[in-house]
This record gives sequence, structure tokens and C-alpha cells, in this order.
Amino acid sequence: MLREKRADEIKAILAKYPPDRKRSAVMPLLYLAQEEYGYCSPEAMREVAEILNLDPTEVKSIVGFYTMFFEHPVGKYVIDVCDDLPCALRGADKFVTHCERKLGVRAGQTTPDGKFTLRTVMCIAACDRAPVIQVNRVYHYDMTEASFDQLVDALAREDGAEHVNPREE
Amino acid sequence: MGGYYGSKNKTMEQHVLLRDVDVPNIREIDVYLAHDGYAAWKKALSSMKPEEVIAVVKDSGLRGRGGAGFPTGVKWSFIPKDVFPRYVVVNGDESEAGTFKDHQIIDGNPHQLIEGILLTCYAVQANVAYVYLRGEFYEPARTLQKAIDEAYARGFIGKNVLGSGFNVDIYIHLGAGAYICGEETALLSSLEGQLGQPRLRPPFPAVQGLYAKPTVINNVETLANVPPIVLHGAQWYRQFGTEKSPGTKIFCVSGRVKRPGNYELPLGKYTIRELIEMAGGTIDDRPVKGVLPAGSSAPILPASALDTKLDYESLQAAGSILGSASFVILDDTVNIVWAARKMVRFFKHESCGKCTPCREGTYWGLRLYDKILSGYGTREDIDMIAEVASQMSGKCFCLLGEFATSPMLSTIKHFRDEYEAFVAAHQGGRRNGYDDELIREGVIDEAGNLIIGYVGQKTAHHL
Ligand SMILES: Cc1cc2nc3c(=O)[nH]c(=O)nc-3n(C[C@H](O)[C@H](O)[C@H](O)COP(=O)(O)O)c2cc1C
Ligand code: SF4
Ligand code: FES
Repeated sequence: MLREKRADEIKAILAKYPPDRKRSAVMPLLYLAQEEYGYCSPEAMREVAEILNLDPTEVKSIVGFYTMFFEHPVGKYVIDVCDDLPCALRGADKFVTHCERKLGVRAGQTTPDGKFTLRTVMCIAACDRAPVIQVNRVYHYDMTEASFDQLVDALAREDGAEHVNPREE
Repeated sequence: MGGYYGSKNKTMEQHVLLRDVDVPNIREIDVYLAHDGYAAWKKALSSMKPEEVIAVVKDSGLRGRGGAGFPTGVKWSFIPKDVFPRYVVVNGDESEAGTFKDHQIIDGNPHQLIEGILLTCYAVQANVAYVYLRGEFYEPARTLQKAIDEAYARGFIGKNVLGSGFNVDIYIHLGAGAYICGEETALLSSLEGQLGQPRLRPPFPAVQGLYAKPTVINNVETLANVPPIVLHGAQWYRQFGTEKSPGTKIFCVSGRVKRPGNYELPLGKYTIRELIEMAGGTIDDRPVKGVLPAGSSAPILPASALDTKLDYESLQAAGSILGSASFVILDDTVNIVWAARKMVRFFKHESCGKCTPCREGTYWGLRLYDKILSGYGTREDIDMIAEVASQMSGKCFCLLGEFATSPMLSTIKHFRDEYEAFVAAHQGGRRNGYDDELIREGVIDEAGNLIIGYVGQKTAHHL
């Protein structure tokens, strides 16, 4: 149960908003629930609804509205590749095709071992560093086919690879 | 902790906003403090009335950097007297394709943003500010939160700030992937825990915004301008820019150039051509085909407009807008039909679905582009696209629907011959270089057949 396991975080989230405006906490709580359950499962949504005194169907419609809440189970690593126009002008489409081949799935699918979900996304505000991806919301800039393979292999081995070529100051 | 994001293009002796280019590690509070950090905040709290802060921002002529270019000080003065509490909401949704300036400010110079938020809170006497960041800014949000925590620890935020009696709190709120939440009323709905859909205006947020209370909403870059204005004064600020477009602006340059990145420049000083030169020129020095001055949302400008000056008035006179100044550069290798389809796909994806003209128009617009790009288009389909866009124009509930018409109408206007040549060269579903994308998106099957059964349908009647 979210309420017991993440009690402190829930309290901290609720404290950000006026006491009579708890509903504002629905998105941060959904992130929390998603972290706990891997996706916005029916239980997760029900728990969030309970905490905020909302109807579960309302929570469900909010989950459905945004691309970053998952209504269905996803891979352990969600890889978002931007193929919007500015990135596509710098080779993003070809790069996505490579990602699909490397992972053996189409964009929008999860690998059979449940490890990776590949998605294409609209602009993620890093167009000067294309091709650019996010793995569980962590940016990886200036990707190449080789650095993608390296990253995926490292994640598959679970050696904690977090960043590929972040730009340092 | 979030990594540092940002380009290091030195375009000014001393940058006003991208100070991370000049000062290494200015994201850290001690470095920021050693470079005039929080000096404007101390000055305001110790020697200025809230109205005086509003006055200096008004005099500076600062205009909103989120797209509309509305004068910031004027907006602040719309807050009704005697209605409390008030809120300051910071727009960090930054989702316009080609825009990545707020990203660099947050990662590279977060304290200047925080100081700008604090000054804004003081100016309009708000005790709480929410910073709405797009959900993908998970890492920048951590950088900003760390900076906020540092500022609390030094007494710049919190109760009775610096002994002034003023209380202020700043909270970050993460979105979750929806371009429409950058539109200010949709942003407020999202922040309130409702669906992120636009609301009717009036009432404007200044009168009834967050929780139906008076609310100032400004873009990240807008607020980063405020500390130097308060510290050095309106005249100092006006040394940059033009009479009507004062100050400096961050230009995001992306697409077919050698050195894409952020370039901070005085408004009105340089031309689009010079901006492209600063970005290293085009890849392989190809001729420029067109420029999108505000990502997907503004009409494309053809190469003949390259000598347009970079300010609000000049770009408008040239037939486009400055908007968020996200310059996407297309060279002559770019297929305009493909590029337009990418933009229409963006709007189809991001339409919030609240009103019919936008929801249906972007859907059918994309379908027509799918048909053309996959090699099944006709000349009539080109007209049909223009027809779909014209039917949307002026009928949509918010500006997103209006924005969506501009890639369709402006590319057909300037490049109709290319559309026709493409249609003629790809008759009968001839395989072309776009197969992978079109298969991925479910437009054609592996054999190149159109999957969606609308070939030849006169779709615009569904609007
Ligand atoms: C569809 C749409 C998307 C928008 N996206 C953003 C955005 O991502 N960031 C932003 O600051 N303003 C965005 N705006 C503009 C805001 O509605 C609003 O004008 C702005 O936040 C005001 O701040 P400013 O005066 O400082 O520019 C968008 C507007 C529309 C119609
Ligand atoms: S114009 Fe589009 S984005 Fe705006 S309210 Fe209508 S459907 Fe939603
Ligand atoms: S288009 Fe890919 S990050 Fe902007």
C-alpha cells in the first residue's frame, strides 16, 4: 500500500498545495504510484483516488491524458527517442530504425523479457544534441548507433550505467 | 543529480541570461553570490516598494519570452488590488519543437531564475510560486530543487526573508507529457489536478488564475531577465535591443546547421542570415530552403527573408512571428512535404481534443500528408490540405489549433511546386525513402500498401 510505504513522501507532496486544494497533488502522486507499481495499475489509481477523495474514473482520465503515465505494464527501462522535426533533420528517423533493430521490437513495444520499452516522442527540448533519448526520464545526448548499443548492452547487464556522454562543465 | 545541459556559444561580452557561458559553475550558489547573485533581491527587499519593482520592469520594456511577447510589467499591474492570496506560476513547459532555452537556464543558471521568481512574488505580493516544468525535465527539476534548497538554507526563500517580514515559498510541479499544458490556462488546469485543457479567457489569470485567485504566469526566460533589470535599472537594460523589443533574447538554433545551440543576442541587432552564420552555417554549406522562426507554430519563411532582423516587429512584418525564437533551419536537401508532415503530426498528437475543428482538422490534415508522403497523393489532396487548414482557422478554442494550420498553409504557399513535383514523382505508392517511418507509424504495410482505408475520400467534409 502506497499510503504506508511512501507515507513521508505523500505528506511532503500534499504540503505543497493549499489544504483545500489537495487535488493538485494528483500528478505527483501518480508519479509516486508509478514508481512503486511500475505503471498506473488499477490499484495504484484507486489508492491515489482514495488519498485525494477523488473518483477513480477521474484519476483514470488524467492518466489517459498524459503520455508519461503508463496505463499498461512497461519495460524496466522506458527508452524515449525523439523523432520530431528538429531531431529528424539531424538523422533521428534513421536512428529510431536502428533502435528498433537493436532491441528487436517496433517503437511502441516492449521486449519479450520485459526489460525495454521503446517509444518515439515529440520534441524533448534538447534538439541541438540530436539524436537524443531519455531512459526513464534521464537524458542521453548526442547519441550514435554505437553509443546506443553500448548503453542497451550495459543496461541489459544491469551494471548501473546511468549516463552516456553527459556534457560536463 | 541532474547533468548540465547547455551550449557554450559566446555571443556577447557578458551574457545577461546565459551567464553559465561566462562564469563556470554559476549554477552553484556560492559562485552565483560572487557574481552579483541575489543582489537585486536584497536591493528590492531593503529599498524598494513592490510598485517600484513593477515600475522598473515596465520601464525596461521587457516582453514575455514564452511566445506572445506581452509586456511583463504591464501584465503584473493587472493584478487586482486587495484580493489575496495571489500566486506566481512559472511556465517551464518548454514543449515547442525546436525550443531548448529554458532547459539551459534551469540547468546552467538556476539561481537567476529563482531570484527572478522571488522578485516577481514581491512585486505582486504573492507568497507562493509554483514552477510548472514539463515532465521530461525530471533532471533539470532536481537541479532546480537543489538550488531552491540552497536558497532556503541561505535565507533568500522562506519566512521573513532577510528580516524583511516577507514570506515566500517556491514549489516545483512536474507535468507529464502534453504540449498543450504550455498554454497558460491549460497549465493552470493541470496544476489544479484537472485535465490539462484550456479554459475560456476572460477571466484572465491575472484576475482569476490558479485556484481562481489572481495569478501572474511568466515564462522561465522572462523571469530570468528580472534580476539584472532590478539591479541595474531600465536604462541599462535598454542598451540592448530596440525601442519596441528591448533586451537580449535567447535564440535556439536547430536543424541543418553545423553548430546548433542557444545563442543569446540583443534583439533587433542581427539578421536571420547572421544567426545561421553564427551557428556555423548550414551543413555542407547547402543553400537555405526555409526557416521556421518559432518551431512548428509559426509560418515558414523562405530564403528570400533571410535578411529579416531578429526582433518581434521585423519577423511579423516578414510574415511570421518571433514567438519563442526557436529557429529550425531547413536546407535544400529537406523535402518540404516530409517536414510539413512532421509538424502536422506534432499537432495531431498534441491536440487536446476539447474542440472539434482542431481535433478533426489535425487528424484529417495528417491523413492527407500520410497519403501524399506514402506515394498515393494527388494534386487535389494538396488543395484539400489547404481546405482543411482554412476550415480550422479562426474556429479553434485555443491557439494550438491556429498554430496547426501554419505548417500546412505556409508550406503550400511558398513551396506548392515542390508538393506537386512530389505527388507527380511518387504516383501509385512508389516506395521511397520514408518507408521505415511510415511503416513504424502504421501508415503503410511492409509491402508499401496504405493501411488506412481513406484513399480518395473527401475527408474535409467531416470537419
Ligand atoms: C499551444 C500553446 C503552447 C504554449 N507553450 C508554452 C510553453 O511551453 N512555454 C511558455 O512559456 N509559454 C507557452 N505558451 C504561452 C503561454 O500561454 C503564455 O503566454 C506564457 O506563459 C506567458 O508568459 P510570458 O508573458 O512570460 O511569455 C504557449 C501558448 C500556447 C497557445
Ligand atoms: S484548439 Fe486544439 S488544443 Fe486548443 S482546445 Fe481545441 S482541441 Fe484543445
Ligand atoms: S526535436 Fe528532438 S529534442 Fe527537440
